[in-house]
Amino acid sequence: MTAHESLRSQEGPWFGAFGGTFMPEPLMAAIDELAACYDEARRDPAFLAEFQRLSRDYTGRPSLLTEATRLSERAGARILLKREDLNHTGSHKINNVLGQALVAQRLGKTRLIAETGAGQHGVATATAAALFGMECVVYMGEVDTQRQALNVARMRLLGATVVPVTSGSRTLKDAINEGLRDWVANVDSTHYLMGTVAGPHPFPAMVRDFHRAIGEEAREQVIAMTGGLPDAVLACVGGGSNAMGIFHAFLDDADVRLIGLEAAGDGAATERHALSIGRGAPGLLHGMRTYLLQDDDGQTLESHSISAGLDYPGVGPEHAWLSDIGRAEYLPVSDTEAMDAFLALTRTEGIIPAIESAHAIAGALRLAEERPGSTLVVSLSGRGDKDVATAGRWFGLLDEDAEQA
Amino acid sequence: MSRTEDAIRASGGRALIGYLPVGYPDLATSVDAAVAMAEAGATAIELGVPYSDPGMDGPVIQAATQATLERGFRLEELFEGVAAIAARTDAPVLVMTYWNPVLRFGVERFAERLAAAGGAGLITPDLTPENAGEWLAAADRHDLDRVFLAAPSSSDARIDAAIAASRGFVYTVSTMGTTGARSDVDQAARALSDRIAAHAAAQGTTAMRCVGLGISTGEQVRDVLEYADGAIVGSALVRALGDGGVPAVRELTASLAAGAARVDASQADEAQPDAPAAATIDGGAAPAAAAADQKGANA
Repeated sequence: MTAHESLRSQEGPWFGAFGGTFMPEPLMAAIDELAACYDEARRDPAFLAEFQRLSRDYTGRPSLLTEATRLSERAGARILLKREDLNHTGSHKINNVLGQALVAQRLGKTRLIAETGAGQHGVATATAAALFGMECVVYMGEVDTQRQALNVARMRLLGATVVPVTSGSRTLKDAINEGLRDWVANVDSTHYLMGTVAGPHPFPAMVRDFHRAIGEEAREQVIAMTGGLPDAVLACVGGGSNAMGIFHAFLDDADVRLIGLEAAGDGAATERHALSIGRGAPGLLHGMRTYLLQDDDGQTLESHSISAGLDYPGVGPEHAWLSDIGRAEYLPVSDTEAMDAFLALTRTEGIIPAIESAHAIAGALRLAEERPGSTLVVSLSGRGDKDVATAGRWFGLLDEDAEQA
Repeated sequence: MSRTEDAIRASGGRALIGYLPVGYPDLATSVDAAVAMAEAGATAIELGVPYSDPGMDGPVIQAATQATLERGFRLEELFEGVAAIAARTDAPVLVMTYWNPVLRFGVERFAERLAAAGGAGLITPDLTPENAGEWLAAADRHDLDRVFLAAPSSSDARIDAAIAASRGFVYTVSTMGTTGARSDVDQAARALSDRIAAHAAAQGTTAMRCVGLGISTGEQVRDVLEYADGAIVGSALVRALGDGGVPAVRELTASLAAGAARVDASQADEAQPDAPAAATIDGGAAPAAAAADQKGANA
């Protein structure tokens, strides 16, 4: 990498030694078709204009950058929240879904399938399907359908079919496997709407591009608000789409620390975590080479996190690369730290974050202790409505009757 | 030189390939079942490696491999299993594996261990030729077959690449879907098989075409062999093993092999202009002899 080459110019399939296209032959034609279609679309002013129109008129972009005054006072640093939680459907996921639905339409596909962990991506996909008049099937690990029952109902309200996945660990990675199996059988009519910056090329670069506005807006907003760049940008990382979206605009700002917070579950020192970069090793999963939780035989290990959206044993290949070249740091946040941060934000700002996003808040609170007075931009990737039951149980706030209901 | 291709040729281009996961339900039973398949007429054995994320597999094989992983399967069992099967039959043993276990083990080390165990090569469902450089080199060093997939959706260029990279046969994916028995094997299989033959001819070579996905009966085997060199049966055999153990596998293989036999007993007296005079009815005997020669050469 020369000093002149922008870190923002990566288009895949490879991000350093990560990424690629490791798919079964029957899906290669669809993957190639998708890559060619997106490559054309991203240069097509009409496509970009339509995407921007939807982002503005439907999603509500640009999203706000909110000064978290009381949280900042308590933390001892200036914390600015990038409010993706205010997007239509309640998280950043809608950005990517609208972009890919447009690509699907361009490909002549009439059916969208998706995997979902917490349900946010599934809800966003079901929403786009309703908006575009497409059929929608969402695969969701059985474990996740239980811990995110409200989102299951939301998807069904929107007209989607939700299929609980009972294979493997019954979580996000198995939902992806099931989605890919559906895709191979129905590839003529169907677009697989990957929900994160993972999977085979072109998904990592394409999904990042659809989320790039997060960072581009935040960079302008923080400069307007503070007169300069922040000291650090923080985001939670499961597959890593909100983090890639907000990091991307800052990649060439060498003085801005980029910090991804991985879910440490029971703790970074335990075996129950989702620290793909922190504790994983390079390998193949879901069509890409990336950091992966795996055993000595190359079997994917189950990840663990209180947050369904971060409960994934792999990570987007661009993050794997950014970690390897030292441009971004990836740090662990345990369930307990995340839930403490969840409560702190809720009680100081009146903003209930998604538990996923609470990991980023926790990272900011920790960094504030290390670097008092610094300016931190935090991706508040989603709102916590879906997590009220989990949080209620965690903090013991549910009445016995409510618990049983 | 290819042990698998020799075996398919020795079958008169009427190969039956039976799939079972190694270690299911336990190592000894899986070895017995594989040997039973060979004895009952399978031309070659496809031994699957249980994997946590089997994207190409349908429910029957998923359930079997997941149960195998849950009982604590380790990769060492694969090499043990291959060696035990190779000691008891001359039918080539091909290993079907998703790529990450090989990558984690080390491609060269995996090839070396497989060859030492007497394995014939690898079938790699999620490794396409463009990503296979390291494996192609290792396969050459260890004289192993390498089987890549061609699908009804494959472009002409991708079919050419699959033919060029494959040794043994080209895995001819019958239908767009995952593994699992189907009542009718897609017409797409015939079209694909013909395309592969035409592309091979244009390259000035030949390609063995073995059709897999959806085949579960002797009748389907017979239909497929009208236009292909081999038929691959998986889920039906896995289900037989789960339901009725080794005897059920032996019985099903025999009925599948009847579909692969060149001449039906009822038609034995009728003229079969395309059948060589010395055609064998026993699908297992001829490849066994060919493979035995190959073993001698390797020893």
